[in-house]
Amino acid sequence: MHLPDGFINGTTSAAAGVVAAGGVGVALRQTGRYLSDRQVPLAGLVAAFVFAAQMFNFPVISGMSGHLLGGVLAAVLVGPWAGLLIITVVLVVQGVFFADGGLSALGLSVINMGLIGAILGYLIYRVLLRVTTRSDRGVALSAGIAALLSVPLAALGFVVQFAIGGVGAASMSTVFGTMLGTHLLIGFGEGILTSLVVGAVMASRPDLVYGAPGYQGDRTEELV
Amino acid sequence: MDRRTWNFIIVGLVVAVLFAVGVSQLGSPNPDGLEYVAEREGFIDTADDHAFGDAPLADYGANLGGGDRVNTAIAGIAGVGITLAVGWGLFLLARRAGRRDTPHVTDR
Repeated sequence: MHLPDGFINGTTSAAAGVVAAGGVGVALRQTGRYLSDRQVPLAGLVAAFVFAAQMFNFPVISGMSGHLLGGVLAAVLVGPWAGLLIITVVLVVQGVFFADGGLSALGLSVINMGLIGAILGYLIYRVLLRVTTRSDRGVALSAGIAALLSVPLAALGFVVQFAIGGVGAASMSTVFGTMLGTHLLIGFGEGILTSLVVGAVMASRPDLVYGAPGYQGDRTEELV
Repeated sequence: MDRRTWNFIIVGLVVAVLFAVGVSQLGSPNPDGLEYVAEREGFIDTADDHAFGDAPLADYGANLGGGDRVNTAIAGIAGVGITLAVGWGLFLLARRAGRRDTPHVTDR
C-alpha cells in the first residue's frame, strides 16, 4: 500500500504532505504528554516489529499478495498517537533507505496507513471493545476486527486521493471497486496477524498494552 | 525500568529479526494490493522511478550483490536496527519535550 511517486499529482501530494505533517505535529505533542517511561523503548520495538512484519508478503489471491499495515497493532500496543508516529517512522525509513514508497508520496501514505490506519483504526477498536467482552480475548478480537476494517478504509483513502489527483485515465468506479474488494481480502490477513500479536502480548504482559481496559501506565510498576 | 520489561523488549526484538530475516523469505513474490490494482487498471506506468533507487539497501537489498537470501537477511537486520534507533530516538525526544510542557508530570 506504499504509494510510489507519480500515481497522484504533485499538488495533491504536497497538500497531503501538509495534512500529514500537521497530524505528526499533533502526535508528537500528544505522545510527549501521555507516553510513560517504559513505553519509549517499547514504541521503538513496535516500530522495528512493524518494519519486520511488513517485509512478509502473505498470499491473498492468485497474482496478489498483501502485507501488514500495522496501524491498529501499533495503536493498541502504545496508543493511537504513538501509533501514527510509528507508521510515519516506518514509512520514512522504507522510503529513504529501501526505495519502498515514493518520497513525494510520503504524505499520502502517512494519511492512509497512519491517520486512517492507526488513529481511525484505534477509534474503531475502542468502539468494538465496548460491544465485545472486556477480557483479554475481547482485546485481541476487537483489535483483529478493527485491523481488518482499517485496510479497506486505508484503500478508500487512496481512492479519494486518486479521485482528486490521480494521474492517467483509469476509470474511477473500477479503481474504487477493485481497491475496496482486494483490500477487504487483505484485511483478513491484517486482522489475523494483529489479533495474534496483541493476543500474545496480552497473555504475557497485559500491563504494557495501552489499549487494554485496565491500562495504568507506569503506575502498575508499584503493584508488581 | 524493570528487568521484566527489558526482557520483553529483547524477546520482541529477537522475534522482529526472525521475521525480517526468515519469515520474510517465505512470503509471496506477487505484487501487493495497490500494485496489483495499478497493473489491472492500467496506471502502474504512471509511477516514477524511486529517487533513491540506487541506494545500497534499495528494494530490500537487491543492489547488495550477494545471493537473494543473504541480501534480504542483511536488509532485514539493517531495517530492524534503523527503525528501532529512529523510533526510540524520536519517542525519547517527544517524551522529554512533553515533560517540559507539563511540569506536573513527575518523573519516576
